[in-house]
Amino acid sequence: MSTASLVSGTSFSMLENFSFRTIVEYLPLFGQGLVTTVWLSALSFAGALAVGIVLAAMSLQRGWLFRVPAKAYIDAVRATPLLAQLYFLYFGLPHLGFVLPELVVGILALSLNSGAYVAEIIRAGILSIPRGQVEAGVASGMTYVQRMRLVILPQAFKVTIPPLLGQAIVLVKDSALLSLISVSELTRAGQLLASDRFMPAEGFITIAAFYLLLYYGLKGLAALSGRWLGLQPARSST
Amino acid sequence: MIWQQLQSLVGSYPLALRGLGVTVVLSLISLVLGTLLGFGLGILRTGGNRLISAAIGAWVDLIRGTPFLVQIFLIFFILPEFGIELDAFTAGIIALTNLAACFICEIVVAGIRSVPTGQVEAALASGLSRWQRMRQVVLPQAMRIVLPPLVGQYVLLIKDSSVVSAIGLTDLTRVGWLVVQRVPNGLLVFFLVGLGYFIVCYPLIMLARRLERRMGAAHGEVQL
Repeated sequence: MSTASLVSGTSFSMLENFSFRTIVEYLPLFGQGLVTTVWLSALSFAGALAVGIVLAAMSLQRGWLFRVPAKAYIDAVRATPLLAQLYFLYFGLPHLGFVLPELVVGILALSLNSGAYVAEIIRAGILSIPRGQVEAGVASGMTYVQRMRLVILPQAFKVTIPPLLGQAIVLVKDSALLSLISVSELTRAGQLLASDRFMPAEGFITIAAFYLLLYYGLKGLAALSGRWLGLQPARSST
Repeated sequence: MIWQQLQSLVGSYPLALRGLGVTVVLSLISLVLGTLLGFGLGILRTGGNRLISAAIGAWVDLIRGTPFLVQIFLIFFILPEFGIELDAFTAGIIALTNLAACFICEIVVAGIRSVPTGQVEAALASGLSRWQRMRQVVLPQAMRIVLPPLVGQYVLLIKDSSVVSAIGLTDLTRVGWLVVQRVPNGLLVFFLVGLGYFIVCYPLIMLARRLERRMGAAHGEVQL
């Protein structure tokens, strides 16, 4: 019997009788939350790829008409927190007359946010292709589209896969913020257990374990993809 | 109509300023503590003791693998169970410092490993002590690799501080949340909130880019 629980006089001391039974009882809820987190993250990542490809293409243009707005968007997203962006859409869209379900607002926010980071990854990938490759393409009489499709993109694709998976990890973790606009994903399940049963330890430790599962899964995938694609981990020799 | 709303927002000006102050102070304290702790952890991790190194690695993975929101909830709701009563501000500083330390640890480890082993061997041969080797030979060279991502990490830290609003701390994001209950123009209110973060973060992003370019150029020179 610890003195802490005597002093505070509470009958439900959480860590002394950590209730695995309650966790098991709430397991269906956690399972649903996990599934929701996975598919909404997958959908948002697909959205982020679409946004990122368009932004990367715009930011690589020589003329300012597309380049400047793309860069401004990327900078604005990178210099402000996701939570503020999420609230911007959540409280702002109804003001414009779009009343959307929380889940849709959340996926939109994650896609638009991650899209800016994906754009930077793709841009860096394309710029990493040595200038000589482009010149060789030009010398072989290839058009711009041919050079992109046959020379640059296949090589850039390889380089971007590991950092894109890194961004996917960030996105899965960021999706926890959707619980704050009451999307019933994994973190929300933990909050429910915490508030319904006054068991924050059971709730939050369990969801942390689930997130770690997703993290190690994606991290393993990133390491595997690096090996498949024959990329050496960046470490200087000698 | 916008003009009317702007006028009603002027009344929230002191609140917004206080929120921005809380965000800046929270970030600044965590930034200093996190940097110190992160460098300490990074140096310890490359120090050669396998057990310590593995323990730090496991902790860093644990923090990198879970959402920051969940970490805040864990600290804010579970530490009181051990008799440690926390207000939202202290919980926020603990959570942010820990997060920053873990990410900075990784950056420092990468920086230290980038220093060629010949340098350490030369220092060893010159009879420098372990501390001297680290302080006078390894760290100054590692800083070239460490500095650009370190500044980038500070930007992430300032942005992550917004998540502390979830446990009720009245930072800039929370102020936006409070104001939007009275002035129902979410676009305008959170545009202004975003502007507040932008003013703090954008100069740091520019600095990180400049450092990256300069350090990259310096690196190129050495290789030539």
